[in-house]
Amino acid sequence: MVKYIDEFRNPNIAKSLSQKIHEIMPDSKINLMEICGGHTITIFKYGIKKLLPQNLNLISGPGCPVCVTDNSFIDSAIELSHLQNVIICSFGDMLRVPGSHSSLINEKSKQSDIRICYSPMDAIEIAKNNKNMEIIFLGIGFETTVPLIASSIISAKSEGLKNFSVLSGHKTMPNAMKALLDSEDIRLDGFICPGHVSAITGLDLYKIIAEKYKIPCVVSGFEPIDMLESIYMLVKQIKENISTVQNQYTRVVRNQGNQKAIEIMNRVFEPVDAEWRGLGIIPGSGLKIKSEFQQFDANQKFDIPLIEKKENPGCICGNIMRGINTPLDCKLFKKICTPQSPQGACMVSDEGTCATYFKYSL
Amino acid sequence: MCLAIPMKILKIENNIAFAEVGEIEYQANLDIISDARVGDYIIVHAGFAIEKLDEETALENLKIWQDIAEFEEKRQQKMG
Ligand code: SF4
Repeated sequence: MVKYIDEFRNPNIAKSLSQKIHEIMPDSKINLMEICGGHTITIFKYGIKKLLPQNLNLISGPGCPVCVTDNSFIDSAIELSHLQNVIICSFGDMLRVPGSHSSLINEKSKQSDIRICYSPMDAIEIAKNNKNMEIIFLGIGFETTVPLIASSIISAKSEGLKNFSVLSGHKTMPNAMKALLDSEDIRLDGFICPGHVSAITGLDLYKIIAEKYKIPCVVSGFEPIDMLESIYMLVKQIKENISTVQNQYTRVVRNQGNQKAIEIMNRVFEPVDAEWRGLGIIPGSGLKIKSEFQQFDANQKFDIPLIEKKENPGCICGNIMRGINTPLDCKLFKKICTPQSPQGACMVSDEGTCATYFKYSL
Repeated sequence: MCLAIPMKILKIENNIAFAEVGEIEYQANLDIISDARVGDYIIVHAGFAIEKLDEETALENLKIWQDIAEFEEKRQQKMG
C-alpha cells in the first residue's frame, strides 16, 4: 500500500461520488475542461467517464508542456545543437517531438550532443564537469517547473558557472485559459484546474476566470477520487449558478501557493508574449529571463538563426489543444501516428492527449 | 514529468531530501520549499520538492468521504 495514494483510489468512495454527481446533475449538457495532461491520464486510466452522466462532457485542454511548445522552439533547439562545443540538455519527452524539419532525437543520432536530464540540476552537474563545453538546458513547462529552473539559474550564478544557459520556452497558465475563452471556439462551463501549477501559484490566478468570465474553477488532485470530487464541486457550482475558485486538492495546494517558489520564479523570470501550438501568440503568457541573469539566457548568448516554420498539415494537435477536436478526429491517429512513430507533439509526451487516447482507448 | 506521488523524507543532507515511496528511494532538492523535515511527505517534480503534503488535511478529507460512502451503502441496503 502506498500511503496517500491507494486511499484516494478507494472504489467505494468513487462510487458514492459518482452517485452524488448523478443526483445533482442538471438536464442540460455540461462541458468541463481538464487543463492538465496529468488529469487526462487519470480520467482515462481509471475510466472516470464511465462514472459520469451522459450529458457531462470532459474536454482535454492545453496543459501538456511538450504539446503546447511551438515548432519554432524545437527548431531553435536544433539550431543550437549544431553549434560547436555545445551540449543540449532536455527533459526526455522533448526529444521525439517533430519540429519543422527534424527532431532532437534525429539530430542526436547524427552528430549533436543531446542529453536527457530528469532535473535541471543534472544539467548544472554536466556544466561543472564539462567546463570547455556550453551547456544549454531546454526550459519548457508551466509554473510547476519554472521555479526549479529559476533555482538552478540562481545556483549557476552563485557558483560562478559561465557555461550554462537556458533556452526559455516557459509558459504560464491563466492567459491561455483566457485566450481559450476569448476565442469562443467552444462553450465551457467549468475548469478542472491543474493541481501542481496551483501548488506553486495558489488560487488567485483563477479569480479573473471565475469573476469576469463567470466560469467555475476547481483545483484538483490527480487520483480518481480527487477528479470525481472536483467534478462534483463544479457541477454543484453550475447547478447553483455561482462561479468561484475552489480548492479540492487541499492536502497539497495552499490558497496562497508556495511563496518561496513564487519569489524565486519572479527573481529570475518576467512575462513576455509567447507562441502556443494551436493558440498562436498569447500576450504575456510566456516567461523570459530577466536582464540581471542574461548571461544564462541562451537567446541572448547565442545567435540563433530563424528557420521558416513548417507544420505537419495532417496533424490537428493545435485544434486538440483548443478543445475543438479529439484525437479520434485525426486521420493519422493510430494509423500513421503512434507513440512509436509520433507525427505530432500530442502523441509524444505521456501527458499528450493523443498518447493518452492511444494508450487507454485501444 | 510530474510524479504526483507523495514521498516520505528519510533524511536531509545539504538541503537534498532522501525520500522514499514504496521501496524505492529518490532524491529531491528542497531549495524551493520551506521547513521540510524528516518524516514529512513531499510532492516531487523534476528533482525538486514543490510542496509538502498536509497529512492532517489528507486524513480529514478521506474520513469525510469514507463516512459518506458508508452512509450511502447503508442507505442503498435499506432501500434494496
Ligand atoms: S494523432 Fe498524431 S498527427 Fe493526429 S493530432 Fe495527434 S499527434 Fe497530431
